Amino acid sequence: MSTAAREFGDVILKVEGVSLAFGGVKALTEVSFDVREHEIRAIIGPNGAGKSSMLNVINGVYHPQQGQVTYRGEARRAMDPHRAARSGIARTFQNLALFKGMSVLDNLLAGRNLMMRMPILLQALRVGPALREEIAHRKRVEEIIDFLEIQHVRKTPVGRLPYGLQKRVDLGRALAAEPRVLLLDEPMAGMNVEEKQDMCRFILDVNDEFGTTIVLIEHDMGVVMDLSDRVAVLDYGRLIGDGTPDEIRANQAVIDAYLGVKH
Amino acid sequence: MIYRETGQYKTTYEADQQLFPILQDRIFVLLVIAFAFGAVPFLASEYLFRAILTPFLILSLAAIGLNILVGYCGQVSLGTGGFMAVGAYAAYNLALRLPDLNLLVVFVLAGLCATVVGVLFGLPSLRIKGFYLAVATLAAQFFLDWAFARIGWFTNYAPSGSVSAPPLVILGWEVVGPVRKYLLVLGIVCVFALVARNLVRGAIGRSWMAMRDMDVAAEVIGIRPLYAKVTAFAVSSFFVGLSGALWAFVYLGAWEPLAFDVNRSFQLLFMVIIGGLGSILGSFLGAAFIVILPLALNQMPGWLGVEMSTALISHIELMVFGALIVFFLIVEPHGLARLWAIGKEKLRLWPFPH
Repeated sequence: MSTAAREFGDVILKVEGVSLAFGGVKALTEVSFDVREHEIRAIIGPNGAGKSSMLNVINGVYHPQQGQVTYRGEARRAMDPHRAARSGIARTFQNLALFKGMSVLDNLLAGRNLMMRMPILLQALRVGPALREEIAHRKRVEEIIDFLEIQHVRKTPVGRLPYGLQKRVDLGRALAAEPRVLLLDEPMAGMNVEEKQDMCRFILDVNDEFGTTIVLIEHDMGVVMDLSDRVAVLDYGRLIGDGTPDEIRANQAVIDAYLGVKH
Repeated sequence: MIYRETGQYKTTYEADQQLFPILQDRIFVLLVIAFAFGAVPFLASEYLFRAILTPFLILSLAAIGLNILVGYCGQVSLGTGGFMAVGAYAAYNLALRLPDLNLLVVFVLAGLCATVVGVLFGLPSLRIKGFYLAVATLAAQFFLDWAFARIGWFTNYAPSGSVSAPPLVILGWEVVGPVRKYLLVLGIVCVFALVARNLVRGAIGRSWMAMRDMDVAAEVIGIRPLYAKVTAFAVSSFFVGLSGALWAFVYLGAWEPLAFDVNRSFQLLFMVIIGGLGSILGSFLGAAFIVILPLALNQMPGWLGVEMSTALISHIELMVFGALIVFFLIVEPHGLARLWAIGKEKLRLWPFPH
């Protein structure tokens, strides 16, 4: 897939001068970059560079001390995660944060909970509109189950699934909310080559079929360079490179951060 | 009939999401309910109604309520006895001050009073978790104990602190005698067990379980922690309050605050732990276990033909009880409901091992 052939919309998400510190530890220092609609945007960097913190700022888990995040034209510094979810930002987690006691189906349905509006009394009786709502959402969830090829485990508690499948369920739960922007925190960590290929295919399909904008953190350079349209590089909480994969490959600061500098 | 689901194809999501998707389960549950309504009233002795069946059913309802909070939403509560007391005294005052009110309406309103109090004491759960929340709810228990013992208005200034329920009449149907009381309680418990089951498998139940399993992730996918926790406290307290009203009006008849002290809270917590956290069936199994076990232990020396003093028996009862609870926590922490599920799983394949 050539980068030139792909078209992107306007800037959907813009991070400007974000600084985040935990006590004396600076996780992020004046980071700025933007994400265009429909693109696959990678964030890379050595361990502890602040990549996950960046995602946590975008969807409101962390509140930065400085700077702002502009999402669909609306600027904000701090936001509640559930409000971010409602405005169309979904994410997956680095170290799997699935609901282990619930089945795959329930995990995915929980991803759509924010669209369910039935009053508690109707839910208690499970009649009429409440029942229809459950069925309608089940239908949409089944489409995602088909898409991710996890039909055979739909009723298995997630805690009993192997790691690779759990990663898929995590993606499915995020997709269930039909997000505009999908934040993926190391979707391929700990996977073997085949599982990585599957996951790459899913990510490209999501981007292609649903037009979802994707922000991706990943350590596998091959994957990052193949998948992403633009790459942002963080090191010690600072943005040290931003551009197309080819530009990043040639960027001396990035090479130094990864390979070290001669003293 | 062999327990198999072979050949039972679901062609709609509605069929797949029904209460008991397996035909044999549906038949079994219907038979149990029919037996409880149709046959038990003619078969059981008065002692069985008074000592076992009625308390078992009412405590099951309370256990369902506690299970919603602890088992489904993951918020530990030691204030269950206090919330039962709220239901009991609310029902007493409603019946006293509004004598024309239908008894069923009184019960529901009593449950709603407990809901309000439960939500109030549940609000700290937004900031504190685990042991700390348990201590906060324990404080609720002691506060409520104190309030009902010391504030005269609640007991209509009864000098001894003991109050009694009015005669039970529902739309002209006099609820007197153990059989009628049993039927009244059975009906209410059946309805609310279904309500609980519907809630926990619907959107609200998923948000409770999401809070329990991974609260940060739950918030990230759009579940409001405030809403999920407060509704869990509200629904749970409603069930507990309703069961408190039934316990006072139908089972005890006359009671004092001691009937709902912290021991009741612990007893209910044991029920949901032994029965199975996060299972409606487990609430019933746990309640049955805790109600029947002491009675069975009491009878044991008689069956074995051993002479024992009553004091010794009650001491042995406590020891056996403690040992069994420890045994359960070690061997099957998911409780009797899990054992039941394993049994069903085995039965599906029987007589083959795989």
